[in-house]
Parts: sequence; structure tokens; C-alpha cells
Amino acid sequence: MQWGSASEFFAMGGYGLYVWTSFLATALCMLWEVLALWRRRVAARAEQRAALLGGMDETAT
Amino acid sequence: MNWSKYSAPQAFYPLAGRLIPWFAVVAVALMGVGLYMGFFVAPTDFQQGESYRIIFVHVPAAWMSMFLYVVMAIWAGVGMGLNARLSFMMAQAIAPTGAMFTFLALLTGAMWGKPTWGAWWVWDARLTSELILLFQYAGVMLLRTSIDDMRRADRSSAVFSLVGVVNVPIIYFSVQWWNTLHQGASVSMSTGSKMAATMLMAMLIMTVAFWFYSIAVILARVRCIVVERDSLPVWDEKPAVIQEAVEAR
Repeated sequence: MQWGSASEFFAMGGYGLYVWTSFLATALCMLWEVLALWRRRVAARAEQRAALLGGMDETAT
Repeated sequence: MNWSKYSAPQAFYPLAGRLIPWFAVVAVALMGVGLYMGFFVAPTDFQQGESYRIIFVHVPAAWMSMFLYVVMAIWAGVGMGLNARLSFMMAQAIAPTGAMFTFLALLTGAMWGKPTWGAWWVWDARLTSELILLFQYAGVMLLRTSIDDMRRADRSSAVFSLVGVVNVPIIYFSVQWWNTLHQGASVSMSTGSKMAATMLMAMLIMTVAFWFYSIAVILARVRCIVVERDSLPVWDEKPAVIQEAVEAR
């Protein structure tokens, strides 16, 4: 391992801004995608459930 | 085992649901290993210092951006040829993830370009063709949302993505065909690798991790699309809700 201390690790030999921006942006994009998909699934299923219950009501009357 | 039965959305839907957690777990585990190797095992580059570590997200993202485009076009082509609904849904599900990796390849490339070339962006063949790939993904998605009729939207975006495949080899070979500022391939099928073994290993592990991540999110998106497209996919509903619906009659 080439890091003497934590601050040395975060400095990345003076390239910290570039290295950490790259990794942080990638992580945020992935987390955002997973969250957006989770919300999309909740919305889709709520609509499906409403259609299922609503559609049955119509046939009942 | 008869795999063709999974070409029906009703059969594919629960299968995808069972597979997603496995792909997600492998993706997270491999990312952990890859990041550890990339930051703590791989040595400092003798030319570029620590800035080269951007490679561990940049190259996997760039590879995924091209790979996913080809896979999207293949599903689009299969959909056209066999008139298979699920194939079109797969193509539709791949586009956003492909676009995201294209964006990340460009962004992390800018983060690498600034300290090594002194510029966030240059109009060289590699960068320009990758930017065009981002526009292609955007075009496929916009075309789909702009057409109301689902079958026409499927076919139009399929034709658009199939035509656009020509750009993928252009991106890949751009560093050979033109004199680019972008460095040439560090890993080649013919000459092998020019990198230290631990650097290469970390990069390949991250690539496989991104691959598994992509499969997990794309399967999750296909499931959403199946629910959205089918008005009453009862097979996904909990028995209690179906019972409630029946009792309401």
C-alpha cells in the first residue's frame, strides 16, 4: 500500500478533486438510477392495483 | 429446460424478479473488491501519478456504454425480426442505463483530461464519437416518447438504434484510425495488456461489477415496463389483493 495517512489518501497525490469527483459522480448516478427505478415500480404497481380494483367494481354494477 | 417459454412477459416477469437480487449482490461485492484493489493494491502510475486511478470507473463505463448499445440494437433487431414484444421491452429498458454510462464515460474522461492534457474537452475522434453515442441514446429515448402508438414507437426506435450501431466500431477504433489526443488502447486482444497486473485486474473486476449492475437494473426496468404496458398483469399481484377484488364484485 502506498498511502502513509488518510489525508494522503484523500489528496491522491494532488489529483484528489479529479479522482473523487469521478468516483462520486459514478456512485451518485448509480444510486439515483436504483432509487428512480424503485419509485417507478411503486408507481406502476399502484396504478395496476387501482386498475385491478376499479375494473372489478365496474363489472359488479 | 425450455427457455423459449421465457419469451412471454408473464413467464419472464417472475424469473427476472428472482434473478435481480443475485446480480445486485454480485455487483456490490465485486465493486467492493475492485475499489479495494484499485485504491490499495494497484501501484502509482510512473507517468500519470494518482490521476490514472480514474481508469477504474472511466474504462468500465466507456466499455459498458458501447456494449449496452450493441445489446440494445440486437434486442431491437430480434424484436423486428420475430415481432416479439419482450425483445422491444428489453431494448427500451437498456437505453437509459446505456445513456448513463455514456454520460459517466464523458464526465470521468473530462476529469482525467484536465490534469493530463490541460483541457476538460477536446474535439478529437474518440471524444466526439462518444458524445455522438450519447446523442444516439437520447434520440432513441426521445423517439419512443414522441410516438403514442406503442408498436410504431417500438419499430421506429428499433430502426434508429440499428442504424446507429455503425458508430460503435468508429468509437472503438478511433484511436487507431485517427491521430487522437486520447491515448490508445491499454488492453488489446492482439497484443495483450500494457498495464501492471494488479491495475488490469482491478479494472476488469470493476468492469464485471458494472456488467452485473447493468443486468440488475435493466431487469428491474423491464419489470416496470411489463407492468406499465399491460393493463391488468394480475400475475404480479398479491393473492390478498386479488381476493379483495373478487369480493368487491
